Amino acid sequence: MIDQKTLNKYDPIKNKAYQLIDDEGKPLDKTWKPRLSNAEILQAYKDLLFERTADLMAVSYQRQGRMFTYPPNIGQEAIHIAAGIVTKEQDWLVPAFRELGAWLAKGVSLKELFLYFKGNEDGSRFEKANRMLPIAVPIASQFPHAVGLGYAINYNKEKDTAVFAYVGDGGTSEGDFHEALNFAAVWNAPVIFIIQNNQFAISVPLKMQTKSINLAIKGLAYNIPSLMVDGNDFFAMHEALSYAREQAVAGKGPFLIEAKTYRTGAHTTSDDPSKYRSKEEEEHWAQKDPLKRLKGYILHSKIDELKDEEELIKGFKKHIDSEFEAAENHPEYKVEDVFGYMYAELPDELKRQKNAYENYLRGVK
Amino acid sequence: MKVMNLVQAINDALDIKLKEDKSVVVYGEDVGVEGGVFRVTEGLQVKHGVARVFDSPLAESGIAGTALGMAIAGMKPVIEMQFDGFSYPAFNQILSHISRFRNRTRGKYTVPLVIRIPYGGGINALEHHSESPEAYFGHTPGLKVVIPSTPYDAKGMLIAAIEDPDPVIFMEPKRIYRAIKQEVPQERYSIPLDKAKVLQAGEQITIIAYGAMIREVQKAIVIAKQQGFSVELIDLRSIWPIDRETISQSVRKTGRVLVVTEAPQSYGPAAELISIVNEEAFLSLEAPPTRLTGFDTVIPLPLGEKHYMISPERIATEIERLVKY
Repeated sequence: MIDQKTLNKYDPIKNKAYQLIDDEGKPLDKTWKPRLSNAEILQAYKDLLFERTADLMAVSYQRQGRMFTYPPNIGQEAIHIAAGIVTKEQDWLVPAFRELGAWLAKGVSLKELFLYFKGNEDGSRFEKANRMLPIAVPIASQFPHAVGLGYAINYNKEKDTAVFAYVGDGGTSEGDFHEALNFAAVWNAPVIFIIQNNQFAISVPLKMQTKSINLAIKGLAYNIPSLMVDGNDFFAMHEALSYAREQAVAGKGPFLIEAKTYRTGAHTTSDDPSKYRSKEEEEHWAQKDPLKRLKGYILHSKIDELKDEEELIKGFKKHIDSEFEAAENHPEYKVEDVFGYMYAELPDELKRQKNAYENYLRGVK
Repeated sequence: MKVMNLVQAINDALDIKLKEDKSVVVYGEDVGVEGGVFRVTEGLQVKHGVARVFDSPLAESGIAGTALGMAIAGMKPVIEMQFDGFSYPAFNQILSHISRFRNRTRGKYTVPLVIRIPYGGGINALEHHSESPEAYFGHTPGLKVVIPSTPYDAKGMLIAAIEDPDPVIFMEPKRIYRAIKQEVPQERYSIPLDKAKVLQAGEQITIIAYGAMIREVQKAIVIAKQQGFSVELIDLRSIWPIDRETISQSVRKTGRVLVVTEAPQSYGPAAELISIVNEEAFLSLEAPPTRLTGFDTVIPLPLGEKHYMISPERIATEIERLVKY
């Protein structure tokens, strides 16, 4: 369990990441017991596996020309699945664009995501995901939104409610990142800021991004409790996020987590990482793969032998394919969809533009 | 009825909405204890409490971005950009998110907020305090952009803006904040955000203006009248959406149009208005649709403003030229 002593021990100034299991999945401290039951741990592993499978298939759909640009999550799944467990129905999720497992846990369907990345805003509605904002493309610009949501939670005196907001390492250079941290601290907003430090902002490595010794340290100037965590360690992430949420809903204000991880895949399907990083580096991080480590833990601690993994993946693939087909069979993009959601009521000027275009279409037919 | 200037009328509208609707909050730089650098929010914090009327950290993107979060959570933030030139740091939030959230989420999330921006020159201010950025906002799909020119309109339009289900940029002509006094009803009322207003009927030429330019045009009309010209004056009030109907009806009648804006010329509101005139009243035109606008220069510091700001005499000269065309 994390407490003030842990926070002191892992003070960002000491530049040491909070970690509970090693690269093979063995607990660093033999007396440590996870907060989660064996069944929950097993389910988490399956969720990691599902996220990875969905991701690989998404990249493959894109390669087949059936979907446009897609940002893969491979290597960062422990963060997402841990956050998915900690985030409650009443909590707000403010995504960046690389948190697939956390979105799915919130109720986003793969069909919607595929539809979105196929180029239709209908896929950005996230119909069944209560209190989840759409994907934010302009880097870090979503952070102030999270703080506004946090203000509203305090203003409406909502109990047991927090905001989870995501950004990448590159995002910590943006002004909005800093403005949001500052506002959140001043307003004591219950926001958990999660920096997924996957070492690269597209092609730009962290050392070109900042001279700070780590990213968690950026929270200290704002007087926000901050912790650097091994983001590929599912248990460390779960523990840190649970603690951060407990603090936030207890009225202690914001919390910052730097999740140290590695983007195993490309930035998006339009990117070629071999141009800017080495095989050695990739191999080094492969040893720390979150799926491998959680699997190691499950096997070592004899929770399960994971013998049905192939069957499991087969089932996942079938489901993912059917979601993709549902996205492909989504109704055609209509003129109404271009105009229909701009305002509560379509202003006369837009009615005029829409009518003119529809008249043109009728003339063409 | 009570005699109010623009500042008092806006304060009254905020007071009424804060009283009526618990989801309304007012914040920005110095709007709390100080009551705003123009005293527009004076007394509101004492009346409505620090959770509802408050000073935020000094960061405009943060102010706008947090307001979006609040609006999504069901609140109705009315935020202030202290001066026109300080709205630019908030551009990304306004253009990339506030204007787009309804469309991006197919109506799941809406952003009913109001961004108040005191704007325009003629107040002997430092650089960045005298800008007319309405074209940037008017060019941005998803926003409504309005500018009142009288205390009566300011109160009714601000109440309408706060009640509007979509984001509204509410620009306040600070040059006439205290210059015009008018009888204003003390009770609540609202004025539609998409209607121009014919301030004065006339026969020979239509002048379209808004904000602080209205007063300058009215002075020009006095001169023109002495010269025997009959001028129709339209207060545009809504920069977007534009009231196409009122404009085209007027120009079809007069056959001439002069658009007067303080904002720079190129790609500005005057160009848009003249396009509408060309589309709607081409066959009625007796003279080329004409614009009298700020130069495509930086608005000068106070000692140079006399060259930039449009005087009644310049407007009167254009009226004469066009009527005699």
